Amino acid sequence: MLTYTLKRLLMAIPTLWIVITLSFFLMRIAPGGPFDGERKLPPEIEANLMAAYHLDESLPMQYLRYMGNLLQGDFGPSFKYKDFSVTELIAQGFPVSLELGFWAILLALLIGLPLGVIAAIRRNSAVDYAVMGTALAGIAVPNFVIAPILALVFGVLLAWLPAGGWNGGAWQNMVLPVIALAIQQIAYLARMMRASMIEVLGSHFIRTARAKGLSETKVILHHALRPALLPVLSYLGPAIAGIITGSVVIEQIFGIPGIGRYFVQAALNRDYTLVMGTVVFYGALIVLLNLVVDLLYSALDPQIRYDD
Amino acid sequence: MPMTTDSTPYSGKNLPAGSPNPPDRPVPVAGESLGREAWRRLKQNKAAMASLWLLMAITLACLVGPYLLPWGLAEVDWNAFNVPPTLEGDHYLGTDANGRDLLARTLHGGRVSLSVALVATLVSLVIGVLYGAIAGYLGGRTDNLMMRFVDIMYSLPFMFLVILLMVVFGRNILLIYAAIGAVEWLDMARIVRGQTLALKRREFVEAAHALGVSDRAIVMRHMIPNAIGPVIVYVTLTVPKVILLESFLSFLGLGVQEPLTSWGVLISEGSDMMESAPWMLLVPSVFLALTLFCLNFLGDGLRDALDPRTR
Amino acid sequence: MTTPLLEIEDLDVDFRLPDGDVAAVKNVSLRIAEGETLALVGESGSGKSVTSTAILRLLPELAHTRGAIRFHGEDLLSVSNRRMRELRGDRIATVFQEPMTSLNPLHRIGDQVAEVLRLHRGLRGKRARTKVIDLLDQVGIPDPARRVKSYPHELSGGQRQRVMIAMALACEPELLIADEPTTALDVTVQAQILALLKELQQRYGMAILFITHDLGIVRHFADRVCVMRQGELLEQGATKEVFATPRHAYTRALIDAEPSGEKAPVPEESPLLLEARDVWVRFTTRRRWFGHDDHFAAVRGIDVTLKRGQTLGIVGESGSGKSTLGRALLRLLESRGDIRFDDSDIAHLDTAAMRPLRKRMQVVFQDPFGSLSPRLTVGEIIGEGLRVHHPELKRADRDTRVQEALEEVALDPAMRRRYPHEFSGGQRQRIAIARALVLKPEFLLLDEPTSALDRSVQATVIDLLRELQRKHDLTYLFISHDLAVVRALADSVLVMKEGRIVEQGTTRELFDHPREPYTRELMRAAFLSDAA
Repeated sequence: MLTYTLKRLLMAIPTLWIVITLSFFLMRIAPGGPFDGERKLPPEIEANLMAAYHLDESLPMQYLRYMGNLLQGDFGPSFKYKDFSVTELIAQGFPVSLELGFWAILLALLIGLPLGVIAAIRRNSAVDYAVMGTALAGIAVPNFVIAPILALVFGVLLAWLPAGGWNGGAWQNMVLPVIALAIQQIAYLARMMRASMIEVLGSHFIRTARAKGLSETKVILHHALRPALLPVLSYLGPAIAGIITGSVVIEQIFGIPGIGRYFVQAALNRDYTLVMGTVVFYGALIVLLNLVVDLLYSALDPQIRYDD
Repeated sequence: MPMTTDSTPYSGKNLPAGSPNPPDRPVPVAGESLGREAWRRLKQNKAAMASLWLLMAITLACLVGPYLLPWGLAEVDWNAFNVPPTLEGDHYLGTDANGRDLLARTLHGGRVSLSVALVATLVSLVIGVLYGAIAGYLGGRTDNLMMRFVDIMYSLPFMFLVILLMVVFGRNILLIYAAIGAVEWLDMARIVRGQTLALKRREFVEAAHALGVSDRAIVMRHMIPNAIGPVIVYVTLTVPKVILLESFLSFLGLGVQEPLTSWGVLISEGSDMMESAPWMLLVPSVFLALTLFCLNFLGDGLRDALDPRTR
Repeated sequence: MTTPLLEIEDLDVDFRLPDGDVAAVKNVSLRIAEGETLALVGESGSGKSVTSTAILRLLPELAHTRGAIRFHGEDLLSVSNRRMRELRGDRIATVFQEPMTSLNPLHRIGDQVAEVLRLHRGLRGKRARTKVIDLLDQVGIPDPARRVKSYPHELSGGQRQRVMIAMALACEPELLIADEPTTALDVTVQAQILALLKELQQRYGMAILFITHDLGIVRHFADRVCVMRQGELLEQGATKEVFATPRHAYTRALIDAEPSGEKAPVPEESPLLLEARDVWVRFTTRRRWFGHDDHFAAVRGIDVTLKRGQTLGIVGESGSGKSTLGRALLRLLESRGDIRFDDSDIAHLDTAAMRPLRKRMQVVFQDPFGSLSPRLTVGEIIGEGLRVHHPELKRADRDTRVQEALEEVALDPAMRRRYPHEFSGGQRQRIAIARALVLKPEFLLLDEPTSALDRSVQATVIDLLRELQRKHDLTYLFISHDLAVVRALADSVLVMKEGRIVEQGTTRELFDHPREPYTRELMRAAFLSDAA
């Protein structure tokens, strides 16, 4: 298990290296630079700025410098937020995004999985059709449509909850963005859970469990639930990635000061270091979470051995 | 990588246990191919058929509609700014703040969204099928290496790279096609590889080898026709993903540029005007959602039709 | 007559399928007395499994049941769900056909057995554990105290079936329903499991309802027998009587379907057709990035000689390497060693050089469902070889040859426009034979061609193969795990185990006087009925 974990962490290195290199060179070959403002800067000032950020060096040199700094955990200074380093900006934004993402995933699991199980048990009943129809709608209506509608209805028309802002993470401010972020994942999880549960309920060992004289509740809780969860669990990696991506729009719509919002603005502003910082940070996060999901999987399934 | 020691952890079949020998089904009409049988089953699925018709209607409206409407994509009606949907006059779905007809814009936007869906899906299909089929057919070390690469690609924060790409190279529609296609091919490659590997071990492929049939003919006659079912299903499910991705980019202001528009762009504009002109959000949203809804229904229907065991 | 343990009266089971109702069981009545063994025999689709599953009310919801099933006089079809659950696993227990998938893969086997004890006997903790170990010991699981902690995937198929039996016996049921409990197992394991069931039945005095398609087992195992066909119960009676004087024609046909006859050896001077020396086949089991890959040798240095007109049977259990050997001889797999066909070396020919030889050596596989390309018509499937080897043939000529081939395997030539999924297993196997025959080969590799078929269908395919051999002077390499079929079809036999030859000789020699202990064990297991 330990060797497997180490191996996977080792595997993450080329992945991250690709992410870093790809995004570094993409940013650099782009036309325009970070200091193309509304008005042209005087040449000497621009030269000074370029020198200060080492932009006057050759591209390979810049690349090596960046990699060197990165290895020491330094993402460099932000080009736009002049008083902040990228590390500081991420440290500011991440807790906010994390809180948002955590509640959204939790909500998605708590609602999506039971819905899927119920639909599977009551297969082809009205309940099933209702759940699956709603789930399909949840997939078909993107979160950037749901979010403004939620904001309009509950924030503006009914004025039950704030339509935007973060307010230091007060729960009232969190409700709408969390729901908007979770809806699509609820739908996906419910659909997957249903399919997986139906498959397991048709399997031979469930017949065995029934032949033992177990009640239907026990059959489902004791024998069907865990095997049915396994395929859903392996979807959790993509689900987390989906929530992270989704948070980019949601933070934008609700005006939440998380990493996602920084990222879009930084990309539009050509804030090289900040964009790279976020991409690398999220890359590492996704790799790490995927590993956690796989380890969780092995904990639930004795048939899987990580001796490879 | 997780290693499954038992290749069939669960029964895998969806016939309920306890019906060990499904009673003989009525013999199908003589000479009916699997494709025709699947089509017959699909036709029985009302939701899927309704979706198919609706999709065709939406596509047709987007293709033909703009020629029939009195207003063009960027044409300004100086007498009608911010008009809500109405049956009086000729702005059936209202106008935006600049006096442009929303129906015309939505249909034009639909062209862009649907064309992105088509081209990007095609890109992902070509890359994915080639890559997956090669990996699966060659097998062994090549397969191992190629699939490791896919694993690495999977763990990239792709959305972010696409956003980066759009920022760097400008908002070019060709780039959107390519970028989205390049993101979506991974799943396709995995599916096709799995199919190829499974088919390679099927006895009818071995029998063809024993007949002396050439590799090329085996691929063309035996492998591709049999792998095509799952690929079709997956394509139907990729199209809505692609449309969603495009509108996501457009929403962030990274999609197509004026004067072109897409459903994502319109939704983005609409959500800014939501309080004063809610129709500007609702109209393109309804078109988008309806299309996605139909595509998903159709995909589910196709899967059921091609594999009647899962239902 | 006392009240029987179980009495089924006028049982009907209908499946409500989307395309209409299908009657799976029609008006079946039978009785099982305490302690007796009743065999329910039939071929696939006969409704025997549906009947047994109906007893425990475990049929899927789309099945509708009418009639009465009385257990100690209590009608199981009308008791409450709660009462039914009390009986399941306690008074009536079941062992299913699929040992590989019938245990929950995520629970330890000890816990799965203990679950029954807790449910019906309230046993927990240490007492339950002691009882579980005792049960596993009784069913012959070695080192049960350690094995309780194993997961199903750590056990072999035979061991899993033993665990299933332990689970079924936990509460000492009065009725054990055994639904083809040995069908998925190798013959030697099959014999062990049957002996175990017999022994446990005597110890606990329970009745067994034994569902099977295998008449050999019935003859050996059952007191009474019921014969089913297409949902109807045709005949029932004491086993000896039914076998001696079957009343129904179908029963007689079933009994006669046991492969019989034998093949005369080829003359001594008949020329060699296929000769292989020291054939090895290795598979890579694990690839390493550095260093050597791990290998598994499936075939370990085997010699084979086949004379023209001969039928060589290769027998062995699963994993013995018999199918791998067959594929290697046909150059469908990479192998090491010499292979000569009609006096020319074929071991080192490349694909192109091999091609002209392919029409002379053909193959028929086991799985009638997997060996025909599902998207081609039967005509296209059979004609494919002609396209390769006789490209000069016009479409019409090719069609004529296809029709001839179909006639030869006793199928209506009009069927060439249909697709494989429209045919039954036996018909598909005939199509596969036609595909090989159309090329007029000299040598045919038959890889378990009858194993997936019902006995009665099997017999007709065997007759067909015999007739074709006579007519075209074919040479067969016949691979099978079924010794009865091999005895009927082959004139010499080769017994394989773990990639090596255990014993070889003429069929008569080998079947009458097996020398090696493994061969003897195989024989004993395969011909239970003859031994009894």
